[in-house]
Amino acid sequence: MRQQDHQSERFTPDKEMQACGLFGVMDTTGKRFGGDMAIKAIKNMKVRGNGLGGGFGVYGIYPDYQEYYAFHVMYQDKNQAAKRLVEEYLKQNFYVVYDEEIPTDPGVKVFQPPLVWRYFVSPPPRKKGTEENLTDDEYVVNKVMSVNINIEDAYVFSSGKNVGVFKGVGFPEEVAAYFMLDKLYQGYLWTVHSRFPTNTPGWWGGAHPFGILDWTVVHNGEISSYGTNRRFLAMHDYYCTLYTDTEVVAYAVDLLMRKQGLPIEVVSKIFAPPLWDAIKLMSEKEKKLYTTLRTVYAPLLLNGPFTIIVAHHNEMIGLTDRIRLRPITAGSKGDLVFLSSEEGAIRAVCPDLDMVWTPPGGEPVIVRLNSKDHLLSTNKSI
Amino acid sequence: MYSFQLPEFIIDRAADRCIRCRVCERQCANKVHSYDAELDRMFSGEKDCVGCQRCVVLCPTLALNVRPRTSDYRPNASWTRDKMQNLKKQAQTGGVILTGSGNDKPYRIYWDHLVLNASQVTNPSIDPLREPMELKTYLGRKPDSVKITRCADGFEVETESFPNVAIPTPLVFSAMSYGAISYPAYLSLAAAAKELGTLFNTGEGGLPEHMRREYGGNAIVQCASGRFGVDADYLNNAQIIEIKIGQGAKPGIGGHLPGEKVLANISETRMIPIGTDALSPAPQHDIYSIEDLSMLIYALKEASNYEKPVSVKIAAVHNVAAIASGIVRAGADIVAIDGFRGGTGAAPQTTRDNVGIPLELALAAVDKRLREEGIRNKCSIMVAGGIRCSADAIKAIALGADGVYVGTAALIAMGCTLCQKCYTGKCNWGITTQDPFLIKRLNPELTTQRLVNLMQAWSHEIQEMLGGMGINAIESLRGNRDHLRGIGLEDWELNVLGVKGAGE
Amino acid sequence: MQIKFGYRDNFLCEIRPTGLLCSECMYIDGSTAVIEARDLKHKEVNDLCREAMLSGVSKIIINNVFGQRYIGTRLYNPDGQHKVTITINKFPGNDLGIFLDGHRIIVNGNAQDGVGNTMNEGEIIVHGRAGDVVAMAMRGGKIFVRDNVGYRAAIHMKEYRDKLPVLVIGGTAQDFMGEYLAGGVVIMLGLGLKENENHRANYIGTGMHGGVIYLRGHVEPHQLGKEVGVRELDDLDWQVLQTHVHEYCRHFSKEPAEILNGKFIKLLPVSRRPYGNIYAY
Repeated sequence: MRQQDHQSERFTPDKEMQACGLFGVMDTTGKRFGGDMAIKAIKNMKVRGNGLGGGFGVYGIYPDYQEYYAFHVMYQDKNQAAKRLVEEYLKQNFYVVYDEEIPTDPGVKVFQPPLVWRYFVSPPPRKKGTEENLTDDEYVVNKVMSVNINIEDAYVFSSGKNVGVFKGVGFPEEVAAYFMLDKLYQGYLWTVHSRFPTNTPGWWGGAHPFGILDWTVVHNGEISSYGTNRRFLAMHDYYCTLYTDTEVVAYAVDLLMRKQGLPIEVVSKIFAPPLWDAIKLMSEKEKKLYTTLRTVYAPLLLNGPFTIIVAHHNEMIGLTDRIRLRPITAGSKGDLVFLSSEEGAIRAVCPDLDMVWTPPGGEPVIVRLNSKDHLLSTNKSI
Repeated sequence: MYSFQLPEFIIDRAADRCIRCRVCERQCANKVHSYDAELDRMFSGEKDCVGCQRCVVLCPTLALNVRPRTSDYRPNASWTRDKMQNLKKQAQTGGVILTGSGNDKPYRIYWDHLVLNASQVTNPSIDPLREPMELKTYLGRKPDSVKITRCADGFEVETESFPNVAIPTPLVFSAMSYGAISYPAYLSLAAAAKELGTLFNTGEGGLPEHMRREYGGNAIVQCASGRFGVDADYLNNAQIIEIKIGQGAKPGIGGHLPGEKVLANISETRMIPIGTDALSPAPQHDIYSIEDLSMLIYALKEASNYEKPVSVKIAAVHNVAAIASGIVRAGADIVAIDGFRGGTGAAPQTTRDNVGIPLELALAAVDKRLREEGIRNKCSIMVAGGIRCSADAIKAIALGADGVYVGTAALIAMGCTLCQKCYTGKCNWGITTQDPFLIKRLNPELTTQRLVNLMQAWSHEIQEMLGGMGINAIESLRGNRDHLRGIGLEDWELNVLGVKGAGE
Repeated sequence: MQIKFGYRDNFLCEIRPTGLLCSECMYIDGSTAVIEARDLKHKEVNDLCREAMLSGVSKIIINNVFGQRYIGTRLYNPDGQHKVTITINKFPGNDLGIFLDGHRIIVNGNAQDGVGNTMNEGEIIVHGRAGDVVAMAMRGGKIFVRDNVGYRAAIHMKEYRDKLPVLVIGGTAQDFMGEYLAGGVVIMLGLGLKENENHRANYIGTGMHGGVIYLRGHVEPHQLGKEVGVRELDDLDWQVLQTHVHEYCRHFSKEPAEILNGKFIKLLPVSRRPYGNIYAY
């Protein structure tokens, strides 16, 4: 990645604009299953993408290494020099327990595939110098950022424990076939993204999901408040290197949830706050809550159309903007809960759902392990 | 409330010339002139004069002189006269300031900083009067390559081609809806397009049913946010279907055709009741995103059995290149870009004068981007917005356009004098009005002839300039920036335009 | 960074020839064509529908539909009065019946976004729910949705001469229902809402400047757009309402008397020119 140019806003690259199809499925008992449903569902929504990117986030994928951070590192143009630099860097900063090339199917033709390697690592028990007091997570975030920014042609796809992100250029079903996701992996939560970018095509790192630690974000829409959001996050030391809306959402989630400890129910009301008209009608207590959130976190209002599916271990959250300019449909069948851009895609993999519902704009669907919390969103839905 | 407005024009009447024929009085819909029988004198109430020059032109003795009023507030480079006038008007009405036609602010006009090439010695210029000089243009998507099979009597094309529309000259009339302009004006555009074999654009106000059979073959029909007059018959009678996303004069906002203009004929064409406001929402409510645009593009292709090219018209805005790329990838066969000097029947002045970017830069950026991505052949590029003469048109083609929309220039050919009062419905030239008395001023036959004359003259001029460059087919100039040089431009501007400086 | 990636066609790639699909995925029995749509692409389904219509059938049954778009749209028929009834089993995709010109569509399942978008004439009956922008810019014909609908239902629906679009929603709707409404009849019955539960929609009829909305069930004043006036129903209103409610009940086997017993209000635009005064001339 290019070194951030701090001289002036004038030199920040154009933000990527895009739209997409989204799909997520989770087994709320934590039972692991293969990629068939995710692949078939996103293929059903093929016309929502344009073949310039697709990707998958899989949770519960590496049970044998669940104590270790799993890094998926992409080497653009199969750059061996970059690989040597990264491995040198990992050796200096982590204990690498195992590494291998991520297997791919050579029979599947994709556009300029990079070399993708995975490393299972753990941070040193005693960290040095200024990083002495960092938590493991923060330490990992720093190192990932450092690789992304400083090592040319290397980019970390995925950096969480027991989580894997697979992405690339092409339609998602091609990316899945290339990484053989249907054959090799199982997880209890799959998110998938089909991309329709209008610029920066042809780069594997630009595909989604976007992930940091065990957080992944897939996103549909174009956030009109991007400049405001990005500059606020920069104030909190998050520097966007990809210039995508998705990246902004991921950092905002990390800031609010991991660092500031706010619950997702509140975070979704920061991203998609109620209108002042609605706040006017609330009880005094709620009025205070929402007025405070809107004023303090005004720069994190995500304005413009979006649907996001945010996931981390044990949780999958679907959210749309406050006037629902982008679609989302939720469905459930037994222990499985689905989120999708279109109902047809859920039905294509699970025709006889127990329930299907569409929450109003700004109302999150929160799917949690061993809970029925997702049903809370049905109250206001249609 | 008293308006506190300064009159904008001064009317001088040469007393020794005025014969009190009262033509000026009859011609002025703003009721500026009046006759006092007792004094046997004409009076002029300058307050309501819009400077359209109708009375000046029609005065049989040339007794009138209408000129901008020079007496003004104390000169102030910041608080200019028009800013102060608008403030006073808003204080009086509390309303949004409306205006008509295109952005008149002194932004740089790049056409005037680009010069064309000509052949000298090393290759010959061509004389278009005697030798063939082809302007024929095909609008629509082209395949990446052609597959050929050999058969008994030669070769046969195997590749399935996409629907294309041929026009004999790359000049096409811009989108102007029936409603924004009068029926005779609208009909003249259609008839002129038919006579020339080129296209006119219905705008978003529909195509009257009785015109569909006769003029559908020359029509680009629009499907815009109001969906006025859009049905399967309308779509299937057209040559090209255009999705209107935005307009250069007012990017990002919709439009209101006031109810008083929605008379019987317009109501029929728009398919709404008489007297209701025709509200065009800012977005199309089934398009909030690029994949939604794709959805509507294919809906229109489905509705027309994949027989018509689908165009998407956008206003030139900051990220126009990326947006255009998305539009092509969404399945559009034509991308139309409307620059910020494009005209309008009505727009908030603040939007018209402050939103959007110049067409020249937008076009250059779009053409470059589509080539970089290897998808330029997937679409034709149409450009609109402030094309004033054949030289602007040919420079646009050299920058990368396939076709050029001519709007304001066509209106001027009809009689328009750019008084910018289109939204009042009192157009003295009978163009942007629905007043039955005023529209009679436009004789469709004569007006059609004026439009045909204009387009033919431009086409000849384009042929002359092409010949001068040693080119005898317009496609050899398309995107051929070697034939352009910039003068008086900054480095970044030359970079965006992708042209060398003169002498380089 | 390599940028020259070229073009991937998401919509028209790998479309199979209609002739082949006709023999594999469709059979015609007298005046009925049956299409097996599982794994057919959007265009393929519509190729077959058109083929079926041109062959003269009056009924088309499409089975196993999962998200295929634009069903009914390709059936524009300039010189014929030939209208068909399409029965869709399972779940049609977006823009069902966009620009529909007089045909009848019955959906045995839920529908997605854009049902009856810019529809000119015909009938769409959904035995389930429907998504966002139902009946957007609809000009004529009727749409019956048994259950709920999403955002922006009936947005910019308009009537014209003898054309009077009718949308009947059995359940409730989400925000901006009837936004920019310019004509036609919208009926929302509120079935499935709990007693005293408000309708889900906010900003009902915002920007409305024509047409009428009949609402059964509760709404708070703040749920209504500011361009909307609330009225009691008069005799004529009851007639209109009864006609359409009876028809709704016929489609979905419900009891009209029970529904008509409920409390109805009528929403009308306060002005046919809601934005006439925002400009300085």
